Parts: sequence; C-alpha cells; structure tokens
Amino acid sequence: MAELRTLVTKVRSKNAGPFWLTIDIFCGDAQAYARVVRDLKTEQIAGALHADSQTLKRFDMPDLNVVKFSLPRPTVQGSIGDRDMHGASWAALVGELDI
Amino acid sequence: MTRVLIPSGALGLNYDPDALARGIAAKPDIIAIDGGSTDSGPSYLGRGVSKYARSSTKREWGGLMEARAAANVPLVIGTAGTCGADATVDWMLDITREIAAEQGRPLKVAVLRSSQDPTHIAEAFEAGEITPLSAAPDITSETIRSCSNIVALAGAEQIAAALKTGADIIIAGRTTDTAIIAALPLMQGGHAGGAWHGAKIGECGALCATNPQSGVIMIDFDATGFTVTPLADGAHASPHTVSAHMLYENSDPFILYEPGGHLDVTRASYTALDETSVRVEGSEWVPSDRYTVKLEGARPAGARTVVMALLRDPRYVANAADWAQDIVTKCRAKVLDRMDIAADAFTLELRLIGQSASFGALETRASDPVEIGVIGIITAPSEDQAAEIGKLLNPYLLHHPLTQEEEQPTFAFLFSPPEMHQGTVYEFALNHVLHLADPMDAFKLEVLTVG
Repeated sequence: MAELRTLVTKVRSKNAGPFWLTIDIFCGDAQAYARVVRDLKTEQIAGALHADSQTLKRFDMPDLNVVKFSLPRPTVQGSIGDRDMHGASWAALVGELDI
Repeated sequence: MTRVLIPSGALGLNYDPDALARGIAAKPDIIAIDGGSTDSGPSYLGRGVSKYARSSTKREWGGLMEARAAANVPLVIGTAGTCGADATVDWMLDITREIAAEQGRPLKVAVLRSSQDPTHIAEAFEAGEITPLSAAPDITSETIRSCSNIVALAGAEQIAAALKTGADIIIAGRTTDTAIIAALPLMQGGHAGGAWHGAKIGECGALCATNPQSGVIMIDFDATGFTVTPLADGAHASPHTVSAHMLYENSDPFILYEPGGHLDVTRASYTALDETSVRVEGSEWVPSDRYTVKLEGARPAGARTVVMALLRDPRYVANAADWAQDIVTKCRAKVLDRMDIAADAFTLELRLIGQSASFGALETRASDPVEIGVIGIITAPSEDQAAEIGKLLNPYLLHHPLTQEEEQPTFAFLFSPPEMHQGTVYEFALNHVLHLADPMDAFKLEVLTVG
C-alpha cells in the first residue's frame, strides 16, 4: 500500500464549469501509469468524494500517462454549502488515497 | 494561413511585453484575448461586474491597443469584464474610449452583446427551446425570471459577424473561450477541426507550454491543422504539453461542445517541429443538427454575514468540533426564539480552518493544529437579517465554554466589529442550451467610433 501522491508526478483538481469537477492524475511514466490504472478503482474515488460511481467518468490515457476522473461537482460552484470556489483542494483528498 | 496572436489566458493576468512585440513582428492576422470565465464564481455574473482591477485592465488593454495599431489588424476580446454581461461590455467600452482618446487614435469598434432578457428566456423555456446539459439544476420558468443576469455564449458565427464589420476592435460579451480564436481561421477556410482544437489549446495562452505564466503564444491555422508556438524566452511547447492541455478544466479530454457542433480530438496527432513548436492534425469537427448556444445565469441566493474567531487554547483546539456543534445548536435556537424567521430561511455554519474546512465530513486526516480559525457563515433572506444573526452569533464565538463549570473563556476576534457583511450572494442557476433559428437571434451587434 502507498499513498497515490507518492507514486505519481501530480494530482490536479479544477472546475470544469460550475457544475462539474475534474481530477487529473499525472503519473509521469508508463510504469507508474500501469500501476495506477491497475490499482486505483473508480469506486475508491467515488467513495472518497461521496460521488455516485454511475456519474463518475473515467479516462485512462496511456499517451499522456494520465488517469482522469470527472464528476458532477459535489456542491455546485459558489452555492451556499460550497467550500472551494475553484475545486482546487479535491486533488489533496485523492492524492492521499492508499492504493 | 491564418496567424492568431494570443497575449495571455485572460486580460488582467498580465503578459510578457517582449514576447508580445515578437508576436507583432511576426505579422499576425488578428490578436485575440479572453476576458473572463465562470471560474471565479457566480457573484460576478450575478452583479454584472469584473473580477480584475480596472487599473490592470486599462494598462494591459492599452498595451494591446498599441500593439494592434502597430500590426494594423483586428483586436478582439471575448467575455469582456469576467462575466460578459452587457454591464461589463459597457465597462470595457468605457475603458477603450479613454485609451483611444489618450492615444489620440480614432477607432472603429464593434460591440457584441450577449445578455438575455430573463422574461424572453423564460418564454423560450416554456416553449421547449431550452434543453438541460448534464448535471444541470432543475429549473422552472420562475428560476429563470429570478436571475439578475443571463448571458448566452456566442460562438464563431457571431464573432465572424463582428469581424465582417471591418472593426479595429471587437468587444464581445460572453463567448465560448475558443470562439474568438477559431472565428477568423474558419472564415478564411481553415480546417474546422484544427481551428477549434487550436483555439482550445490557445485559450489559456501559454498554459499549453512550459513557462505557462509567460502568456503569449502564436497559432498558425491552415487547411489541414495548426501549429502552436509560445513566444516568451524559455517557453517551449511539446506534444505532451499541448495534448495535456485538453485535460484542463474539461470534463471530457477528447470532446468539446461548441455552438453548432463539437470537436473530437480522439484521432489528433501531435508532432514536435522543433523544441518550441508543435504541429497538430487529425482533429475533427462534427456539426450538430440544431444550432444551440449555452446559457449561464446567476440569481440572488440571500445575503451573507461572516464572523471569524481564533482558537489558540489547546483544550479548545482539541475539542473544537464539539464546541462548534454546540454553538450552532444553541445559536440556531436563539435565532428562532428572538427573530421572526423560519428555520429553513437561514443557514448558520461554523467551519474550522486548520481542521476540516476543506472537506468537512469527507476529511480523512486528523492532527493537532496549533490554532484553529473559526469561520461562522450566515445566509439569510435580507442583509439586515444576516447582520442580526451575526450579532446573535457574536457572544458565542467570544465566550462559549466547553462546560458550564469553568470560568468564562474569551477567544480572539480579529476586528471590531468581527462581523463582515458580504451583501447579496448569488448562485449559478443555469446549465442549459438555447435553440436558435439564426446564430444572431440571441445577440446584438453595434458598430461605433471612439477616440
């Protein structure tokens, strides 16, 4: 077991418009990419973000050694319960997942 | 071939003047810069104001107007003033008039307005002309009527109409980030997939290259694709930096929806021409059956008052979550007892900065911080009600004890008064598209002379 962030170059999260969040995991090389693709389960991301795995989109992108997840924003950007206007912090929560 | 010079990802973020001069020397056909996005939240659209300082906007726009005069080509800004509502288009026009007068140079300006009348949009909704996008909020025509501002995102067709006026400067309200870049290459017969793909790659300036803060990039569009070149010293584009930019703020890294169709980059190929430039071909444009434009709307969601306090006492830091929960329970009861307000008409939340403010219940880590910032966030229907609840919360944040037995504690307030009033807050209300018979139906184009 290792924290995802220790295996990859960078985890980035951003808004994709006010209603979607997108998380890019830059693995850095093919070896790290293969491990992340194999061991990081979509359900694990959904659980960490309390997201519905039915609406969570996953893109495994070998040309870039990137695994990308997109999901309806846990709270709509700027709504009263929102904590993070630009969706910036979610990367930390994902990076700390054990795989 | 169409050469587009992009000074930066947004007016107000600054650009490298040396790199801009290099771009002007390369004889571009157009200078295109974005003026905003929804990324700063609903308040800017809700109020119809710019996020960036007027002084920065004027300084940077003045530099671009000088560059435009030197190149003698059109200068276009999309989503002027952060949100692209008519009020910020007028703000940008006002700044442009000032600069034109100061530079002593009369100019022909085309103004493209994107604001929508909420009543007309509500009627279009009732007539079935509005379709929700994925993850759209449930709306009624009443939701639409309650918006303080609604804008439609113009595409390449509306920018092309503005360019055809022969204007020196185009000030556009809300547009897609890509439309201002794609429009001229499309008008000049460029490859449609390449035009939209290059526009997406270029819309954040040099974010598609190394040294992303340098801003300035140049894109050459032609009949088979495009070539992107960052212009600052030390900035390099590679197939990796360029293709990775499709990830950025995109929920789907291969598909991008635009008015009139979508871009599909699944089969795009990226080739390094040298250590700075990248050639891209194979992107596809897929026209849609119906012409639609995306709508953005923001509406008032109450008024907000914020109160901050600091916990430094180790016992209170260690028990902050229980302390905060107790305050919320007691203070909510006091609000209901002393004010004429319904329980579901206001919100009162304490977030603990240093402990769980980022994720709340989703936080997985715990440690003992030195101190905790307590931020009390109140929303209520009116500013007076939010302020009154802030005053009811104040004594709790100053003195609330963990137990009844102990001596009354006091916590640190940062200011006098500790309550900060944010006034009306807004929420995004629309994630929908509007069907149009003609692309210009939702937009207004005006040509005038300034300076």
